[in-house]
Amino acid sequence: MFKIVTKEKLCPVVDFFKIEAPAIAEKAKPGQFVVVRVDKVGERIPLTLADWDGKEGTVSLVVMQVGTTTNKLSCLNAGDNILDLIGPLGLPSEIENFGTVVCIGGGVGVAPVYPIARALRQAGNKVITIMGARSKDLLFWEERLRSVSHELIVTTDDGSYARKGVVTEPLKELLEKNKEISRVVAIGPAIMMKFCSLTTKPFGITTIVSLNSIMVDGTGMCGSCRVSVNGVTKFACVDGPEFNGHQVDWELLFARQRIYLDEERRSLELREAHHCQHS
Amino acid sequence: MPRQDPKVRARNFNEVALGYTHEMALKEANRCIQCPKQPCISGCPVNIDIPEFIKAIRDNDMPEAVRILKRKNALPGICGRVCPQETQCEEVCTLDKKGAPIAIGRLERYIADWEREHSSELPSSPNLPPSTGKKVAVIGSGPAGLTCAADLAKFGHKVTIFEALHVAGGVLMYGIPEFRLPKAIVQGEVNYVKSLGVEIRLDSVMGKLATVDELLKDGYEAVFLGTGAGLPMFLNISGENLNGVYSANEFLTRVNLMKAYLFPEYDTPIKIGKKVAVVGGGNVAMDAARCALRLGADKVYIVYRRSRVEMPARHEEVENAEEEGIIFKLLTNPKRFIGNDQGWVTAVECHEMELGEPDASGRRRPIIKEGSEFTIEIDVAVVALGTTPNPLIPSTTRGLETRKTGTVVADEETGKTVKDRVWAGGDVVTGAATVISAMGAGKRAAASIDDYLKRK
Repeated sequence: MFKIVTKEKLCPVVDFFKIEAPAIAEKAKPGQFVVVRVDKVGERIPLTLADWDGKEGTVSLVVMQVGTTTNKLSCLNAGDNILDLIGPLGLPSEIENFGTVVCIGGGVGVAPVYPIARALRQAGNKVITIMGARSKDLLFWEERLRSVSHELIVTTDDGSYARKGVVTEPLKELLEKNKEISRVVAIGPAIMMKFCSLTTKPFGITTIVSLNSIMVDGTGMCGSCRVSVNGVTKFACVDGPEFNGHQVDWELLFARQRIYLDEERRSLELREAHHCQHS
Repeated sequence: MPRQDPKVRARNFNEVALGYTHEMALKEANRCIQCPKQPCISGCPVNIDIPEFIKAIRDNDMPEAVRILKRKNALPGICGRVCPQETQCEEVCTLDKKGAPIAIGRLERYIADWEREHSSELPSSPNLPPSTGKKVAVIGSGPAGLTCAADLAKFGHKVTIFEALHVAGGVLMYGIPEFRLPKAIVQGEVNYVKSLGVEIRLDSVMGKLATVDELLKDGYEAVFLGTGAGLPMFLNISGENLNGVYSANEFLTRVNLMKAYLFPEYDTPIKIGKKVAVVGGGNVAMDAARCALRLGADKVYIVYRRSRVEMPARHEEVENAEEEGIIFKLLTNPKRFIGNDQGWVTAVECHEMELGEPDASGRRRPIIKEGSEFTIEIDVAVVALGTTPNPLIPSTTRGLETRKTGTVVADEETGKTVKDRVWAGGDVVTGAATVISAMGAGKRAAASIDDYLKRK
């Protein structure tokens, strides 16, 4: 059992949790994830770490409500327990002094980008961060990302805050005017990561994406999360989750993300009748 | 032994074999001739005193039968159900030459089931020797790790098992289905191991949370690796990443561990196919096929590249599968999976095969019949080709020797690896094998670790 120490609503559909997990906190590195199982009938879902504190013995997760399990999580409060928390899983991000790096966080992807941007800055990089959301009320952690970035660009799809448009627009401008950019890290919805990769490809700049394929165990024993990278099948949970976006078979990822759409809907319908009474 | 009717059981996950009644067990026990040579004992990988426990059944002294059984085997309810007795204790039974061997596995199961039903009347925990104060780490809570831990605890050592999943039991929980091995029985035997003072830490992925070297630095005087062979093999043919194509590990984990057959009461979904092809001929293939049927499939095919006699699955399980209506496509090998424009599998194209000369494994090598391609319409496929060890521990442990197949090199008798203070046993050493051979390896390693700790 893993106790929730702090819960905070970042926006109507996104919650922040700080959870007691000393062993994981001691080992966690940027880019790694945990697998969460909320209760005894629960499924196992992967969530990329938003932060951790080895001294305090906590890990932080930022969770957007998109279905049964994330809804169950949103019903939990400080003092409640999460049944299982497994990690740190996956390979850590490659952190070196690359020079100038652009970090991009889309939607809830802003959270996992934060520790990566921080580590890249600590490694001596100039960090330019782009964060994007559909609208103003879905934006969070602007100040937090600003604190680890030399430059921060914020976009909203509908223009309700800061720059109107999607993250690939400022990305393209940066690539055109700034020749020192040596690496791009993009985390967010798969479609956003695909378009970030397409934007950087003509510039030949290594673009790291964190693939969010369906996982069960998260330790390499099942292959549910398999993706195709450079024509080779990889397991995102152990070979990734970060890969070179220019080598990812995006259509395969999109298709495999849709495997359980019907079941996910059925499960949600069953749970919604008694929302927040079921944990 | 009575079993559920095939038509009924093909649609439920309840245990197929119902077990002996007292009268049946007594009748079977009375057939044993108590021969002086006792070949059955040497046929058992953990050398259970078989004639002795059979005699206890005859004498109607069930507590004594339990005691004799548990002296050598911490998990009898599991072994009595899943051991391939026909190639072990029963194969060498003296009566085998004169008709049918004694049904040793069924009697073992009868004793274990009796114990569970009468647990309140039995002493709650066995007598343990005084603590030696020495700590041993066991990585993995499958049959090898549980057995090794139980024996080490009986020697008086303090044992901690580290398990990556959220329940203990390894393949007994995620792999073997409820209808062959009820999960309550597995957890009962796990609780017995805990009653010996063994601590089990779940959700602990070793290699990530801590390395073997860190454990050795951290006060553990020896480490046993019982991490199994959990990495699935794929066919590496076109279309294998289509939606609806599962590894057997994923399919069985969803069904058994996550109880996807109870979706949506349980949250983990599974794609229920109407026409399902399972590729492979081992026990795992039989389990996956029979699970697919119970989930509600109309047609389930076993696609196997050799013929019936080469099938590595237990005869009993092949017969069970056949009775339940599984369709066997033998001498058939997939060439590619075919999908629709939504990325879902719709068919598997296969070659017919013929058998050539025996290969290194001693089985006749399957050869493609040119021009024999045909397709089977399916909407779910399960690839059950076998598994190899997960590289997580070997890749994070300095000085461990591994083979090309990923298995860890360890002494066959003692389980000792080339790395100081590290032992290994079960599938991580042999590649995918049987529950009982993993238990035998766990037992031998425990004896070797105890020997090392005593001499230290």
